[in-house]
Amino acid sequence: MSEHESFGPDLAEVFGPSQSDGGPDLVQLLTPEGERVHHPEFDHDFSAEELRGLYRDMVLTRRIDVEATALQRHGELGIWAQLLGQEAAQIGAGRALRPQDYVFPTYREHGVAYCKGVDPLRLLGLFRGVDQGGWDPNENNFGLYTIVIGAQTLHATGYAMGMQRDGVVGTGDPDRDSAVIAHFGDGASSQGDVNEAFIFAASYNAPVVFFCQNNQWAISEPIERQTRIPLYQRALGFGFPGIRVDGNDVLATYAVTKAALQRAREGNGPSFVEAYTYRMGAHTTTDDPTRYRLNDELEHWKLKDPIERLKVYLRRNGLVDQEFFDDLDAEAKELGHHLREGCKALPDPKPLDQFGYVFSEMTDEIAAQRDEFAAYLASFEGSH
Amino acid sequence: MSTNQKITLAKGLNMGLRKAMEDDDKVLLMGEDVGKLGGVFRITDGLQKDFGEDRVIDSPLAESGIVGTAVGMALRGYRPVIEIQFDGFVYPAYDQIVCQVAKYTYRSQGKVKMPIVIRIPFGGGIGAVEHHSESPEAQFAHTPGLKVVACSNPVDGYWMIQQAIAHDDPVIFLEPKRQYHADKAELDETATPEPLFTSRVVRAGTDATVLAYGPTVKTALKAAEAAATEGRHLEVIDLRTLSPLDMGPVLESVRRTGRCVVTHEAHVNLGMGAELAARITEHCFYSLEAPVLRVGAFDMPYPPSRIEEEYLPDLDRVLDAVDRTFAY
Ligand SMILES: Cc1ncc(C[n+]2csc(CCOP(=O)(O)OP(=O)(O)O)c2C)c(N)n1
Repeated sequence: MSEHESFGPDLAEVFGPSQSDGGPDLVQLLTPEGERVHHPEFDHDFSAEELRGLYRDMVLTRRIDVEATALQRHGELGIWAQLLGQEAAQIGAGRALRPQDYVFPTYREHGVAYCKGVDPLRLLGLFRGVDQGGWDPNENNFGLYTIVIGAQTLHATGYAMGMQRDGVVGTGDPDRDSAVIAHFGDGASSQGDVNEAFIFAASYNAPVVFFCQNNQWAISEPIERQTRIPLYQRALGFGFPGIRVDGNDVLATYAVTKAALQRAREGNGPSFVEAYTYRMGAHTTTDDPTRYRLNDELEHWKLKDPIERLKVYLRRNGLVDQEFFDDLDAEAKELGHHLREGCKALPDPKPLDQFGYVFSEMTDEIAAQRDEFAAYLASFEGSH
Repeated sequence: MSTNQKITLAKGLNMGLRKAMEDDDKVLLMGEDVGKLGGVFRITDGLQKDFGEDRVIDSPLAESGIVGTAVGMALRGYRPVIEIQFDGFVYPAYDQIVCQVAKYTYRSQGKVKMPIVIRIPFGGGIGAVEHHSESPEAQFAHTPGLKVVACSNPVDGYWMIQQAIAHDDPVIFLEPKRQYHADKAELDETATPEPLFTSRVVRAGTDATVLAYGPTVKTALKAAEAAATEGRHLEVIDLRTLSPLDMGPVLESVRRTGRCVVTHEAHVNLGMGAELAARITEHCFYSLEAPVLRVGAFDMPYPPSRIEEEYLPDLDRVLDAVDRTFAY
């Protein structure tokens, strides 16, 4: 690198595949060993109850994931996008939201959905093939899952611009001030849409938090295939702050996301949160990570399990007793039962109903197609 | 290596890509997950291992970027072959394809060639979530400057991909994903292949002509088989090329049979069937015993997979249309 010194340090030093600890700028409040550490900017005084709540949320979120994965294996779901290992990133972000904040998710935000009060059963419809979302995004301020990578970041930005126009940003009233959060992956950061969302958000100072779960992989492609600098540093180039947080540390993701949302609500514009984490499962249930991922890497990240570290902390500090775990276990079982039984009972869509969903009002042409199809279907009745 | 073997469509495409890369070192593969993983459908399996990362390029997750950089590669003398992971994800690259790839040759008054192949696994029937089952062919066939072909069987897969890569114009190469691993066929690598932009009679018949391409060829053949048990002999034509259309065999057939049904998975409204019906009407008006009928998708987005079987044209819907042509 000697003759290029003016371009700064060797990129490999700044950002290499070996940087699994997230690097020196990583915000952390709870180490993988379950030690509470402090951060000058993002500390937060968690009550025992808050900590137990966060733990409970992560355990239940993992249960949703495990149950859905099993349902896929039993042929009840066509596919499932697993979140194993990303519970802290999702619960930290999800719990930092206020009811008036709006979420624009990708297809893996099961934990955030849960925080927003969406019945996890509703999430299964898309994966079972009975609907394409189906929930009312405005009921819980939780948008529909987005399959096309990155598309939702622009929707989030536009929604935030709408909030500005509605005067619900920077009023000083905590019940009124609102923000938007857009979830996406490290792979998505390469999409044009995401980069355009950054530009719009910066240009209009929109109250939006870009929340990237950098789980190191976009299907088979490692993070190095999407960026040569730490992702959070990209934000600077677009003109807003970026921060990297330990995505396996629920306390840190909560504190950092809360600060970013607050900044947005107060009218100080967008920010970028990179939750540095790891996809411990496959990309989806149809993926085979053994073709591209080393087992060592997985073993290494297992030691950073987001649930285990909080459990150690709670135990060590006498914040939980056996009854807490027993109750939680029972609650998780109940949730599992709800998903298993509920999934099988989800009604198949009715082909003729589908014609009614294309436009807000059916056109004559579509009505004619529906009637023709109905007559066609009726012609089989009694023939078998 | 001329011993015949039984292969799937996936294998045929994989072998065809390999052969094209061996024959011409300017051929490059680009796309998401095409390297180590071999693509989500494993069509490029093993190619990065054998040809290296410079020729089988795992690209960032950015379709517009993939196609746009391919334009630059083509200008530099390379022959990029792009994999779009699923049909529904071609739209982020739509601008690069229709405004740049399709128009470079025209804009340069023929001085520049764009030998780019854009492979798109298309069509439904695999139980996927939304955006994984679409049939976007009409959007590309409607764009001057693009050629659009669809293979339907393993042998065509092997030959057509090589021909498309060797061709000097951009080719949208549609692969019926539902057939990738479905049926096997015998490949003779020493045979002389059919030329690329030609349609072909795949079952001879006398009573009505059924036009199909990609995934519906199999459906049409099944329908013909079923019709034969009732004494009706359907001629089935695999179009293979959608732009340019090869109307020769089609017109010849319809003049003989006097009846025609077109079937595709895409929306009927402004789809390939509309174009075919118009051309057939124009050229075979006096031979037609009935209007050309179309069997395809309703004008709604692809439905949730639990009911896709009801939405996709199946053997019954093709036969129903055949019945209707005879009712005139
Ligand atoms: C525009 C587009 N291209 C390709 C795909 C296929 N695809 C689905 S998920 C995925 C990888 C996404 O990686 P990342 O953004 O890092 O998110 P992760 O799933 O890892 O959380 C790809 C390529 C898609 N859904 N949309």
